[in-house]
Amino acid sequence: MSIEIKNLSKKFNEVYAVKNIDFTIGANKTIGLLGPNGCGKTTSIGMMLGLIKPTTGDIIIQNKNINTFERNKLLSIMNFASPYVELPKKLSVKQNLQIYGRLYGVKDLSIRIDELAEDLNLKDFINKKTGELSSGQKNRVSLAKSLINKPEILLLDEPTASLDPDIGDYVRSYVQSYKSKNKVTILLASHNMAEVERLCDSVIMMKKGKIIDQGTSKEIINRHGRTNLEETFLKIVRSKDEVA
Amino acid sequence: MRWHKIYALCLRHIYLISNSLPRIIDLIYWPTVQILLWGFISKFFTLNSEYYSNTVGIILTAAILYDFLFRVSISYNIMFLEEIWSRNFTNLFIAPIKLSEMIASLTITAVFRSLIGLIPAALLAIPLFGVSVFKIGLPLLALLFSLYIFGVTLGLLVTAGLLRFGPSFENIAWASLFFLAPLGCIYYPVEILPLSLQIIAKGLPLVHVFEEMRNILINGTVNYFEIFISILISVAYFIFGVIIFYMAYFGARVRGTLINMGE
Repeated sequence: MSIEIKNLSKKFNEVYAVKNIDFTIGANKTIGLLGPNGCGKTTSIGMMLGLIKPTTGDIIIQNKNINTFERNKLLSIMNFASPYVELPKKLSVKQNLQIYGRLYGVKDLSIRIDELAEDLNLKDFINKKTGELSSGQKNRVSLAKSLINKPEILLLDEPTASLDPDIGDYVRSYVQSYKSKNKVTILLASHNMAEVERLCDSVIMMKKGKIIDQGTSKEIINRHGRTNLEETFLKIVRSKDEVA
Repeated sequence: MRWHKIYALCLRHIYLISNSLPRIIDLIYWPTVQILLWGFISKFFTLNSEYYSNTVGIILTAAILYDFLFRVSISYNIMFLEEIWSRNFTNLFIAPIKLSEMIASLTITAVFRSLIGLIPAALLAIPLFGVSVFKIGLPLLALLFSLYIFGVTLGLLVTAGLLRFGPSFENIAWASLFFLAPLGCIYYPVEILPLSLQIIAKGLPLVHVFEEMRNILINGTVNYFEIFISILISVAYFIFGVIIFYMAYFGARVRGTLINMGE
């Protein structure tokens, strides 16, 4: 399932949060979206999910524009996870997965929940209230919710933010292994450069709402004469405006 | 509309209530206190007022009906606020559900949530004060239906405000019904209001519901036209509420508030 972003802009109160961005994510590829806070990553994801109406431009998913085609049909094959978006705290993990499974029209829901509980090690706390979980556990539950419908497009917004290195690594390994077994196109917004290098086929660098560079991690690192993505990121962020 | 999606959305609130005994107690507690309070006031007026001397229970019946309206509207608002409080808003709005399914689920769940509190309170009024709201007979269902539709409409307007202005609109959610109560003529006849306010009040379904309730209890007759008018006005407001809700949703998409909505 491919995604095409064409000339996408979003203006809030005369200020552009995203300005004329263009990129394509090929089917079953993982793209990293990098940039400092406030560079337009979340706004871009919001537009791709149909939560934010673009000021101009188009988002084409498998040849269908999310803003003109029946949005629900596209949403049923997509999903999203972010540590900043939570599930109802007073409901158990299982109840939350049951509700979202039904909302996404998942067939054989009990089997799917069991699969996710097994894969993401949720079994020990599946009947516990979501609000009583540790942030690492909540993160895995959020990931389980985002995979409940076996999405063909998965949007991940800083999926390992605020996790300790061990759990962060667990989540990265899981995403990597999930991708190897399933046909899924992933957009990963992150501040963790090692994570992006490890998981992504290519990277888009954003700054002040614009794309300032894109390519494979290696290409971008070489282009900027640095040794790793973190150094490259710092160079780009600290430099004056430049557009590739 | 797909019923399995509506059911899933209802299930979220059913789980929330059934998971928590304090929530169930809270749902029953307030209507019961309300009924007790108005029961004693009603008893006092019955003993000391000529107007009410032959109409035992008018005030208490009005209190029960008004509480039903209040509970429906507040339930609607609370269920929507729960999504904001739990930071579940984005998950909900990126799920493949239609706005109409969301409205339907809130509308259905609001009535169950309200009845959980109101049925015990209404039953309690029978042995405690000798007042049964069921004395109104079958027209009671029509009056409740009118109040239900109007309560949902108020809920829709408040949730539209939450979408438009964010969680800061929460205070308005609590105050919304008190604002209309003076014009609703819940406990007094419409003639008490100044003429100019009477005209405005008659544009609300509440006046027609409560006037008809008094008519049934005092005169023992049913004016079906008045009930029909109350339902018609409620439905007209409901359609208006749905339009406002849709406008608020599309406005929120333009402003980008759906993705950041949270406590």
